[in-house]
Amino acid sequence: MKWPMDWLKRLAAYATAGMIALFARLLTAVRAIWYGTNPREVQRIYYANHASHGDSVLIWTVLPPRIRDKTRPVAGSDYWERGRLRQFIGRSVFNCVFIERASGSHSNPLAPVQEALDDGASLIFFPEGTRNTTDEMLLPFKSGLFYLARSRPTVELVPVWIENLNRVMPKGEVVPIPLICTVTFGTPFMYQPGTDKSRFLQQASEALTTLANIVREADRG
Amino acid sequence: MANASGDLALVFGGVFSVLVFASALSAYLRYRYSPDGRNVVLENLDARIMSWWAIVAMLGFAFIWGKTGVIVLFGLCSFAALREFVTLTNTKRADHWALAASFFVVLPIQYLLVWHEWYGLYSIFIPVYAFLFIPIISVLREDTRQYLVRIAETQWGLMICVFCASHVPALLSLDIPGYQGRNVLLIAFLVIVVQSSDVFQYVWGKLLGKHKLAPSLSPSKTVEGAVGGLLSASLLGASLFWITPFSPLQAALLSLLITLMGMFGGLVLSAIKRDRGVKDWGHLIAGHGGFIDRLDSVVFSAPVFFHVVRYSWT
Repeated sequence: MKWPMDWLKRLAAYATAGMIALFARLLTAVRAIWYGTNPREVQRIYYANHASHGDSVLIWTVLPPRIRDKTRPVAGSDYWERGRLRQFIGRSVFNCVFIERASGSHSNPLAPVQEALDDGASLIFFPEGTRNTTDEMLLPFKSGLFYLARSRPTVELVPVWIENLNRVMPKGEVVPIPLICTVTFGTPFMYQPGTDKSRFLQQASEALTTLANIVREADRG
Repeated sequence: MANASGDLALVFGGVFSVLVFASALSAYLRYRYSPDGRNVVLENLDARIMSWWAIVAMLGFAFIWGKTGVIVLFGLCSFAALREFVTLTNTKRADHWALAASFFVVLPIQYLLVWHEWYGLYSIFIPVYAFLFIPIISVLREDTRQYLVRIAETQWGLMICVFCASHVPALLSLDIPGYQGRNVLLIAFLVIVVQSSDVFQYVWGKLLGKHKLAPSLSPSKTVEGAVGGLLSASLLGASLFWITPFSPLQAALLSLLITLMGMFGGLVLSAIKRDRGVKDWGHLIAGHGGFIDRLDSVVFSAPVFFHVVRYSWT
């Protein structure tokens, strides 16, 4: 009895995915720059700067389809679990891994993310934890990326710099404006056993700011 | 009067033959001098020719579709060009609504007015009404940092990318006695002459170029390329007089005028690129750069061509 609905839902998810990617391209003419690596089908955590709800959409759009199918954005459940449309997009289209951002619960908030890694998925992760609305390049990283990397040290960490999307749709605006965006993939690295938390987070953060400066330099040529 | 679609087919046949020749030549040159794909100039040349195929195909499709097709095509070009332009401006968050209005209100209205052939309004809509209202929208956010720079950049982007570009489809509305139903050929004439001038300048520059024309603006432009390009394109324009309402001499003089405007348009937009510290406006047109890199000469020549033809032939 369930199969026609499941089938329809999957079809709808597939069509919605195509429309979202098309919309993202019309709005931003987004271009991937594989600066430090090539698109490869290995398990990776793509960690990126976060300024807009569109960030994971943009990374997802530029990933080649085969890799995209195995890559799941990590997102706060407070935003994506609200309302049926968001739930459909978050779950069925992007196959997000949801985490509880509100602290205070006793369970490990990263448990679902580690589970996804154990299933072989790659992740899109925003280590700042929240959208950056300041003039700083990055907010200080939360500890999440460190605990993930330490608990699954064979997963490649790829810094990803998203340029300009914060101007397309700043926090609080409803209408996006069309501007050209780029998504630049930096050099992958792995967690070196023994690295302590603050050192690791500083290295990861520096890898991303270095990449950002390279992107901005390359435009001027 | 000869049949417009017959002439259009001839013109496209000519362009098609040139592209076939160019592709064959490029394939030979690459086979001979860049077998491993390492010769940057030849690889770029090949990408440029491939993009030309796409541009010609899109123009052909728009011409067959008719007036609506031409307006949709140039409306999309305006959108892509404005997107490139605004990306390089200093606009801030306070301009968000002003920019949204530029893209989603001003641009569609301008092309709708062109579609309705409302000359009295489309020729002042952006220079007067957008000019007054866009700064009002921006000022409501009360952010005064670089305010004049921001509103001036927005207005300039609208003028170049939307207002000027919309004068290409506006050519369709000109009512020239004895030329009814053939106006699409005026667009073909403008685009072929101006774009061939760019190509001729490139070719003459590569063959004979010695003296830089404006080294700090555009390192690849040479005096030899410019003179050879303008003259070759004017000759080509004269030889196309049969698709226009002009005599051969008039066609040559108009060609010289629009290729000059086109060349200076290229220099002006190069100066803006230098100022912003970028090489290209975008990356969407392989080998050429962005939409503005390809349209710079057309947007500068279109309004002048439009007005000269309007005052002298209608």
